[in-house]
Amino acid sequence: MTPLLLSAYTATSCLGRGLDATRAALRGGRSGLAPCAFESVRLDTWIGEVAAVDAEKLPEALTEYDCRNNRLTQIGLENDDFAERVRAAIARYGRTRVGVFLGTSTAGILQTELAYRRRDPVTDALPDDFHYRTTHNSFSLAEFTRDYFGLEGMAMAISTACSSSAKVFASAARQLELGSIDAAIVGGVDTLCLTTLYGFASLQLTSTRPCRPYDAARDGISIGEGAAFALLERCEKPATGSVLLLGTGESSDAYHMSSPHPEGLGAKLAMEAALRSAGLSPDAIGYINLHGTSTPANDAAEGKAVGALFGDRVPCSSTKGATGHTLGAAGALEVVICALALTDGLLPGSPGTENLDPAIPLDYLLQSRAAQPRYALSNSFGFGGSNCSLILGVAP
Amino acid sequence: MSVKPLTAWIDGIGFIAPGLPDWTSARAVLRGEAALAAAPSVLPAPSLLPPAERRRASRVVKLTLALGLEAAAQAGTDIATLATVFAASGADGHNCHAICEQLATDDRQISPTRFHNSVHNAAAGYWGIATGSMAPCQVLCAYDASFGAGLLDALGQVVVDRQPSLLIAYDSEYPEPLFAKRPVPDVAGVALLLTPERSERSLASIRVMPCTEAAEPLAAADLEALRTTIPALRALPLLKKLAMGEGGQVCLDYLPPMQLMVAVQPC
Repeated sequence: MTPLLLSAYTATSCLGRGLDATRAALRGGRSGLAPCAFESVRLDTWIGEVAAVDAEKLPEALTEYDCRNNRLTQIGLENDDFAERVRAAIARYGRTRVGVFLGTSTAGILQTELAYRRRDPVTDALPDDFHYRTTHNSFSLAEFTRDYFGLEGMAMAISTACSSSAKVFASAARQLELGSIDAAIVGGVDTLCLTTLYGFASLQLTSTRPCRPYDAARDGISIGEGAAFALLERCEKPATGSVLLLGTGESSDAYHMSSPHPEGLGAKLAMEAALRSAGLSPDAIGYINLHGTSTPANDAAEGKAVGALFGDRVPCSSTKGATGHTLGAAGALEVVICALALTDGLLPGSPGTENLDPAIPLDYLLQSRAAQPRYALSNSFGFGGSNCSLILGVAP
Repeated sequence: MSVKPLTAWIDGIGFIAPGLPDWTSARAVLRGEAALAAAPSVLPAPSLLPPAERRRASRVVKLTLALGLEAAAQAGTDIATLATVFAASGADGHNCHAICEQLATDDRQISPTRFHNSVHNAAAGYWGIATGSMAPCQVLCAYDASFGAGLLDALGQVVVDRQPSLLIAYDSEYPEPLFAKRPVPDVAGVALLLTPERSERSLASIRVMPCTEAAEPLAAADLEALRTTIPALRALPLLKKLAMGEGGQVCLDYLPPMQLMVAVQPC
């Protein structure tokens, strides 16, 4: 593919709001996970909750969008001058020429869960103040973002579970390549809700401790929430040091709804496709941000796929021990973490992981390590066997 | 920057809607050769799925398999290598209701199967299991604009990646009380097998451009009701052109104020 410039990017997670907070936590090997005390949830698990999300007030004209997911969307957009950079791009290109491509797994379904508790005892009707379209629907965060900036062009939400906000980069890149838009707001937002907390618990995929990706004793995920965004543009002569999207690779497992292919076949296909798309050999990659959810099956399958392609040569880590698994926001969040690794010269470690699984021979980073990689790869895999790998690079 | 036209050849069509069990019957009604019978959507058994998944297959899984297989069969395409785009305005409404209802009680231990079927890409996941296709599969949502969003994304795959892409746009109903908030009347959908090169199976070529004109309503009130109540069926004005074998331009509802003008050239 033709390289695309990430002209602005930002991330918010349990590590904090914006790049500086994220960077400081990754550098210090700090985790943002805490025992679950979300809403009325009673589960023995740890979560990555963003502080004070519900204190966020949406603009008066957009109050129908009010829900935890859109509050976090707005928090995310307003960090690191991201919204200002978007407005500058709109001024440059026009309202119809900036597209919106956002990933989510559950959008604002928490709003529906809460509304079901307030059903009319006689008619069973949901309350009048519940707005399906602008909160529950998977498109709600994309439509909110489009209206937040007064945009009039194409917009879509991509919802492929935990690969959602990686796959937005592939869709946006195609439209930028076609010239049907001049810039794209890409990213992902997912927030804590009962469906995912109780759902992952029902699959026995949540850990009772902070998650430990690639640890021999790993026993499940820690669910997190997050909002991460990038502004993608075409760029003929990127400035030295700027971050570029160089390759996208997508595949399907065609295997099982909630278990990865045991040999990591789909994961391997996605990484190979991303390398092909970027025109790079495996030797060029200097850091891999693994999907690394910390379930026994995911890390074993991904480890096999990474080992088959890269051997044990490439430094890699999962950052979910720091952020938790932010599900539909994870792809974009980890793109931003890769961008920080490329620009800061620091590969993040893996808080929580103590004893590496000897069955997965990779150069896995327990602690952060100074290095100057030119290219980084990020993996995101989701339920339904949906895989996406992205390659980022720093302009020479 | 030169703008590349969003063009493709249509090699196959799949269709299911209330009273219209397949493309052959829809084509006859759109051509005015048969009347639209008031009847619920009929969903074929998902024979391609392994037995365990077949027994538990939901309405959206049956719907999308039938839509995709009908379009791919017309095109003579190998489904095991086919890239796909699934566009839906919502996920499985009945499954969503069951989860929300249970989470509102004191017993919140939802079923693991219900949970993995709750993802927006559940139908796409079962498509992969049924067809064995490991090709890229995009799954998106744009509320009432989902057909247009899916068409734009599928054309992106066809034009940029120079590969066939199967677009499956579909919707399903919610039971009450969500139905009152989102009254989609029944399951329905359309599949288009889009290819970068003309083949002997090609039915027409299309070129899609942004516009701001209003979509042309369908003359028949019953078909117009399908178009306006089921987001995937915003495609009906295009399907009417294809059914009639007519060339020309047709405007489809997308995301206000952006609409999609489709120039159709029959083969």
